[in-house]
Amino acid sequence: MSADPIPRMRREGLLFDQSVPGKRGCGIQAAGVPEARPLDAKFTRKEIEGFPELSEREVVRHFTRLSRLNYGNDQGFYPLGSCTMKYNPKVNEKVARLDGFAEAHPLLPEEAVQGSLQLMAEMEKFLCEIAGMDAFTLQPAAGAQGEMTGIRMVRACHESRGNPREVVLIPDSAHGTNPASAHLCGYRVEEIASDERGCVDLASLRKRMSEDVAVLMLTNPNTLGVFEHEIGEICRVVHAGGGLVYLDGANLNAFVGVARPGDMGADVIHINLHKTFSTPHGGGGPGSGPVGVKEPLARFLPVPRVVRAEKGYRFRSDFPDSIGRVHCFYGNFGILIRAYAYILANGADGLREVAETAVLNANYIRKRLEGTYHLPYASPTLHEVIFSDRNLEKHGVRTLDVAKRLMDYGFHPPTVYFPLIVKGALMIEPTESEGIQELDAFADAMIRIAKEAEEDPEVLHAAPHSTPIGRLDEAAAARKPVLRWTPDLSHKP
Amino acid sequence: MRYIPSSPGERRRLLKAIGLENAEQLFESIPADFRLQRPLDLPEPMAEADLVEHLRALSRKNLDPHDSAVFLGGGAYRHFIPAVVDHLISRSEFYSSYTPYQPEISQGTLQSIFEFQTLICQLTSLDVSNASLYDGASALGEGILLAHRARRRKKVVAAETVHPEYLKVASTLTSHLGIRIEKSPARPDGCADPDRIASSLDAETAALVIQQPNFFGRLEDVEAMAAAARKAGALLIVVVNEGVSLGLLKGPGSQGADVVLGEAQSFGVPLSFGGPYLGFMAVRSNWVRELPGRLVGQAQDAAGRIGYVLTLATREQHIRREKATSNICTNQGLCMLAATIFLATLGKQGMRDLAEQNLARAEYAKSILARIPGCRIPLGGPTFNEFVLELPVEAKPVHRALLNRGIVAGLPLSDHFPGRKKDLLLAFTEMNGKEAIDRLARGLEEAL
Repeated sequence: MSADPIPRMRREGLLFDQSVPGKRGCGIQAAGVPEARPLDAKFTRKEIEGFPELSEREVVRHFTRLSRLNYGNDQGFYPLGSCTMKYNPKVNEKVARLDGFAEAHPLLPEEAVQGSLQLMAEMEKFLCEIAGMDAFTLQPAAGAQGEMTGIRMVRACHESRGNPREVVLIPDSAHGTNPASAHLCGYRVEEIASDERGCVDLASLRKRMSEDVAVLMLTNPNTLGVFEHEIGEICRVVHAGGGLVYLDGANLNAFVGVARPGDMGADVIHINLHKTFSTPHGGGGPGSGPVGVKEPLARFLPVPRVVRAEKGYRFRSDFPDSIGRVHCFYGNFGILIRAYAYILANGADGLREVAETAVLNANYIRKRLEGTYHLPYASPTLHEVIFSDRNLEKHGVRTLDVAKRLMDYGFHPPTVYFPLIVKGALMIEPTESEGIQELDAFADAMIRIAKEAEEDPEVLHAAPHSTPIGRLDEAAAARKPVLRWTPDLSHKP
Repeated sequence: MRYIPSSPGERRRLLKAIGLENAEQLFESIPADFRLQRPLDLPEPMAEADLVEHLRALSRKNLDPHDSAVFLGGGAYRHFIPAVVDHLISRSEFYSSYTPYQPEISQGTLQSIFEFQTLICQLTSLDVSNASLYDGASALGEGILLAHRARRRKKVVAAETVHPEYLKVASTLTSHLGIRIEKSPARPDGCADPDRIASSLDAETAALVIQQPNFFGRLEDVEAMAAAARKAGALLIVVVNEGVSLGLLKGPGSQGADVVLGEAQSFGVPLSFGGPYLGFMAVRSNWVRELPGRLVGQAQDAAGRIGYVLTLATREQHIRREKATSNICTNQGLCMLAATIFLATLGKQGMRDLAEQNLARAEYAKSILARIPGCRIPLGGPTFNEFVLELPVEAKPVHRALLNRGIVAGLPLSDHFPGRKKDLLLAFTEMNGKEAIDRLARGLEEAL
């Protein structure tokens, strides 16, 4: 193996390479009961082949070292557009771990879980008020599962009128989950083009709208950070054609407390609690994607639903038109606790201040970088701003180079190459969780990188220079995938 | 607001810098009709101390876990979680980061996923595992969709002994696509019926679904099922919802399963009233390109250093959009990390001991409960840590009477199986000591 060209942080070997026979990290409490007669050998294994054997000390050191190879939101600015990487309040972690919640088995009788049920009922009420909808389900485990749940309800609604219809209309700026969810629900996806402002082209929507369209899936503000200002008319056009409007609430952070999707004409929406409501992104989940509907769709909501009873709360499953279950038990309850605590900590004024500050921060970044970086859409910016690499092309520098170089300056890069309608997109969402010093430091770094592109593009092509590892060859990794450790793979660092 | 770092003065400065006078102007692109003219109707903001008190009071309306004896399983299991698990997943480098799109600064997450994938492969005796799915039930839905793509067939045969909620979720995810899940009734001993299954499997069948141990806790003959599925050209999907059983039981991949999927909550994830949990899926290597969800693979940088990246992304929604194998994006990252740490801490011997301790407690419970007059074990034959107990009378009133004494006597089965009015499904883990099991037996004896 070649020697490191630059000294970097010592890398950490795999668990399996550190394993030594006979070690253990944890003992099991004695039963005080007689040993069981062994099960028939046709059911049992001799051992779990290859399973690691480590002491507790080594496990702790291994994962602590791994953690230091990660960049989290608590370590620094994380402007990953469309992901709303806001601060995760620490008290939320504490309350989610209270024994009464953390040790509650989901199949306990209702009278033994009244605290959980009350929290769920109140959470539904809060979300109805915040989103302007009539009813919510808390079952979906993430945004994409929320989309699937919402579109399944749309389908059930059309089926109840005699025809599920065939097409889901989705703007070309949408997240990939939208078309994937629509397809999973048995619909054909048709893209509708954006106009020069980055919004849905109303004329083509009018022309396209007909009886085969089940629903329009719209993200508002859209992935360009632009508010669909014709949303009222868009909803009227779709409704007039007998279709429904699904509003993807992934970007609710832009106007929470300022406006409500339900008031704009949405029939179904989902909300990502791990975005607007501050629950940790966890390195890729768990999230939570509650879905809200207007009254006519409420009979299709997943079961069980929490309802008020004479005494306290209970679950009800006797809704014959329900689409059924989308998750075992009741969804990601532990995430609901955190989001509930966030809403209570903020109150109405606090949530409005969240939206105001998030939009203010995005506009400040736009102001500072406009001119240096190409701004493909001049429409007013809400919570995120999208630049492109067009001004850097002449130096042979691309968005990916800018992203990698930002790491050397101590920042997590923005979302890159999305939305797809912007070539070489850099999608910056600062959220409300950054102050002016951090915003300025980031903008300064971006401007310096643009200067480097002009003076020394090589330094960008070879970036990052300060990370534990350089750019990895992803194409080679996909050609001959190695997806697990095997004994012949051992490579002690 | 306390979570926002900028002062009112700084915000005025920012407003001025972008040429605005007040915050309302920030929202001028939203039509005035849609801007709320009133504050949201929400409770007044709470200070941190009040918030903790409020939630503590709410949590106390739930059963006190320290003053009760709970024998519930049915897809969620109370196991001991070593302190290192919560300590390590509480490092904010892990929990405040997101999907590792930028591998140079995400090697911690990526390497742990690679380790998780390996551990799941070892437990299930299969070739490839993904980086997690939402939960066991939606994993079954995804598994059925995988079989549908792989086999281009629309019928699925599922043993009635698979978790009923899993089958319901799978049906929500697949029924509108014309996929039909046919339930195959169990034998009187609570196992899937190989003869009935063999006769239901045909050239239209994409997959056979069984669960090991099954919903009643009974051990299925996986090899016989695999042979039947193979004969019909269907995939065998084995659901596992008590992962601890794999410390003792054969990995279903070694018995002919094509897909092993399910719930890994038992590996260091708290009960938390049903979620977040940890769906997993492992397959034979020929189905790798049909897998849903994230996958991490090994890669090298220009200097030849080994690292890890998200790979085979052309299966996924952000690249393939409507042609993706699944719509999943955010999955269960931090629960996956908890499971990886849990499994590393338990290790080879720990997993074995844990499984044996569970078996020993359940066998002890079986022996003393079956001695209570009128009680019997209606489904004879081997089980792991869960089994069905039949009472001489209807189970629900007895269950309620015991709850008043702080004993949760498992799950009355009549909600899922109306014919099983006298039956309780009881689970015994290492968290139920001899004393608690004796208390259950005494309680039952007195209540009957």
